[in-house]
Amino acid sequence: MFRIVHKRQLSEAVFEMGVEAPKIAAKARAGQFLMVRTDENGERIPLTFSDWSAEQGWIRFIFMRVGKTTHALSHLEVGDMLADVVGPLGVPTHTEGAGRVAIVGGGVGVAVAYPVARAMCEAGGEVTVIVGARNSELLILEKELRALPLRELVICTDDGSAGRKGLVTAPLKELCSSGELDAAFAVGPAIMMKFAAATTREFDVPTTVSLNPIMVDGTGMCGACRVTVGGETKFGCVEGPDFDGHAVDFEELMSRQRIYSDIEREADAEYSRGCQCHL
Amino acid sequence: MPERSPEQRRSSFDEVAFGYSADEALAEANRCLQCPNPTCQQGCPVNIDIREFIGAIIEGDLTRGVSVLKERNALPAVCGRVCPQEEQCEASCVLAKKGEPVAIGRLERFLGDTDLACELDHRCVPEVAAPSGMRCAVVGSGPAGLACAGELAKLGHGVTIFESLHAPGGVLTYGIPEFRLPKAIVAAEIEMLSSVGVEIVTDTVVGQLTTVPELLGEEGFDAVFVGSGAGLPVFMGIPGENFNGVFSANEFLTRVNLMRAYEFPSKADTPVARGRKVAVIGGGNVAMDAARTALRLGAEEVFLVYRRTQDEMPARKEEVHHAKEEGVEFKMLCSPAEIVGRDGFVTGIVANRMELSEPDESGRRAPVCVLGADFSIECDTVIIAVGTRPNPLLKAAAPGIELSRRGYVLTDEEGATNLPGVFSGGDIVTGSATVILAMGAGKTSARAMDRWLRERATS
Ligand SMILES: Cc1cc2nc3c(=O)[nH]c(=O)nc-3n(C[C@H](O)[C@H](O)[C@H](O)COP(=O)(O)OP(=O)(O)OC[C@H]3O[C@@H](n4cnc5c(N)ncnc54)[C@H](O)[C@@H]3O)c2cc1C
Ligand SMILES: Cc1cc2nc3c(=O)[nH]c(=O)nc-3n(C[C@H](O)[C@H](O)[C@H](O)COP(=O)(O)OP(=O)(O)OC[C@H]3O[C@@H](n4cnc5c(N)ncnc54)[C@H](O)[C@@H]3O)c2cc1C
Ligand code: SF4
Ligand code: FES
Repeated sequence: MFRIVHKRQLSEAVFEMGVEAPKIAAKARAGQFLMVRTDENGERIPLTFSDWSAEQGWIRFIFMRVGKTTHALSHLEVGDMLADVVGPLGVPTHTEGAGRVAIVGGGVGVAVAYPVARAMCEAGGEVTVIVGARNSELLILEKELRALPLRELVICTDDGSAGRKGLVTAPLKELCSSGELDAAFAVGPAIMMKFAAATTREFDVPTTVSLNPIMVDGTGMCGACRVTVGGETKFGCVEGPDFDGHAVDFEELMSRQRIYSDIEREADAEYSRGCQCHL
Repeated sequence: MPERSPEQRRSSFDEVAFGYSADEALAEANRCLQCPNPTCQQGCPVNIDIREFIGAIIEGDLTRGVSVLKERNALPAVCGRVCPQEEQCEASCVLAKKGEPVAIGRLERFLGDTDLACELDHRCVPEVAAPSGMRCAVVGSGPAGLACAGELAKLGHGVTIFESLHAPGGVLTYGIPEFRLPKAIVAAEIEMLSSVGVEIVTDTVVGQLTTVPELLGEEGFDAVFVGSGAGLPVFMGIPGENFNGVFSANEFLTRVNLMRAYEFPSKADTPVARGRKVAVIGGGNVAMDAARTALRLGAEEVFLVYRRTQDEMPARKEEVHHAKEEGVEFKMLCSPAEIVGRDGFVTGIVANRMELSEPDESGRRAPVCVLGADFSIECDTVIIAVGTRPNPLLKAAAPGIELSRRGYVLTDEEGATNLPGVFSGGDIVTGSATVILAMGAGKTSARAMDRWLRERATS
């Protein structure tokens, strides 16, 4: 059992949660993830580390309420217990010799972009972070990002309620064409990563994406997380979640993410009917 | 042995076979000739004194029967259900030549269940040697790890098992379905191990959260057993394998068994695809389990697609028989060439007709493609059960451990690896095998570890 020691609501549907887990905190690296199960009957869901403290023995993750499990998770409070937290999982993001990098985070993907940006800065990289959200309400971790020694923080919103109006690909393209970019890293909805990778491809800027295929065990045992990269089948949980964005088959990824959409929707609807929160 | 009718069980995850009543067990035991030179025992991979435990049933001394069994086999209720007895002890029983061998497996199950029916403190608990003061770590809680841990505990060592999933048992928990091996039985057998002092730590991926060198270093263990199984599913490398609706048997079975997806959404949160027409590819126990599980989830039709004939199928005979009774349709001599789909979802398989070649020197008849004989199977779900490989995490778990070309751990006959104090056994050494062989390997390693530890302590 893992005790919840921190909870904060970042926007209407996005929450940050901290859990006491000293052993995991001692091993966590940027880009790695956890499998979390709320209770005995719960689903195992993957969530990325957004922060951790080896000294104080806690880890944090940020999640968006999308379906039943994240819904249930959002109802838990400090002092409650999670049945299972497994990690760190996946290969840490490669940060050495970072050079001049652009880190692109979309939506709740900013939760992953933040620790990656921090690690890249620590590794001596010259880091530009580009974050995108639908509107200013949905922007997360702005304060934390501002505290990093970034070269620049670019904020984009679809409606222009904060930062630039428009998509993250526009500033990314400008950076690429200025010729001042050695590499890019993108994390967020698959469609955003697809367009980010398409943007950098034109300029031959090597681009890493952090993929979010459906997972069951997260340890290389079930094959649910398979993605096609450069024509080969890879297991997202043990060989990823980071892959070469120019080689990923994003159409397949997006299609596979929808396998359970219909049945999940029913389950969440049923859950929400019985739930007292009226959200 | 009495069992549920095929009609009843097609829609239920309840166990298929009921097991013997005391009278039935006694009647069956009485068929045993109590041979002076019992050949059955030689057929048993862990050399259980079969004549002796059957003798105990005949005398009505079930407690002794259980303890004879447990001398060699820590999980009789499990093995009594899943061992391929017809190829092992029962094949070697003298009565097999005259027709019907003694139903050794069922008698084993009877004793195992009798033991489990007792309160934990009345169950047959093995004697534990005086504490050695030494501590062993076991990686993986499948049959190899459990057997190794049990034996080490008996020999007086402190034992901690590290398991990556949230529940112990390995394939017994996530792979073999409830209708063949109820999870309550697995849990009860594991509880027994806890009662002899084995500690089980779940949610711990060795290779990520900790490593073998760390276990031997800062974590203070004196020796390590690696029983991590060979769980990485193999796909066939044919076009269309990543269509939605194509699953590895491991994913399908893990969702259903470990995550209880058959109770979704009322009592469990993990969904599973409930196909209408399901094609299962493969011919082993795993394929049979997947096919029968698909039926129970409500499939109208389930096809088993295998490239040889039923005679070559590696699955247990009893399970093949059960699968057929329940309505699984066998498509033999048929090898998938491509999976086809529409809008990202699978719609069928295109397969080649095969025939068996003349036997080669080893007597094996290889399947060969009959040219121009393609045919297709319409389906909305494909489950691939063509084998597994070692998990790539192994290299991070035990850096420098010597592996075979195909990634399996290399050991001597007693499970010692090239790393001092590190032993290994089960599927991670042999490739996919059986529960009893994995248990045997775990136990052999435990003895070798014990010797290694005591020699090191005195030198
Ligand atoms: C490596 C990795 C890291 C992730 N990190 C984060 C994170 O830091 N914050 C965050 O909010 N989300 C993250 N996700 C996505 C998160 O796992 C899903 O939002 C979550 O599983 C949804 O569960 P649910 O029961 O609430 O919704 P469901 O009702 O189960 O599903 C809603 C939708 O979420 C997606 N989804 C469902 N199950 C999974 C799954 N097991 N894996 C991936 N996607 C799934 C599907 O598109 C599905 O249609 C990550 C996913 C992966 C693979
Ligand atoms: C569906 C199915 C049906 C079968 N039916 C039969 C049958 O009827 N009869 C029979 O005799 N055999 C059967 N088998 C085969 C038998 O189950 C295996 O041979 C046996 O379980 C192997 O045991 P093991 O302990 O080596 O590995 P496993 O049972 O695979 O256990 C390994 C354990 O190690 C854990 N692990 C892996 N890596 C790590 C890590 N890095 N850190 C921590 N933990 C880790 C895994 O999560 C797992 O729990 C079947 C197999 C399957 C898949
Ligand atoms: S060989 Fe058969 S008959 Fe003889 S002792 Fe063994 S089980 Fe009994
Ligand atoms: S999630 Fe099961 S293999 Fe990756």
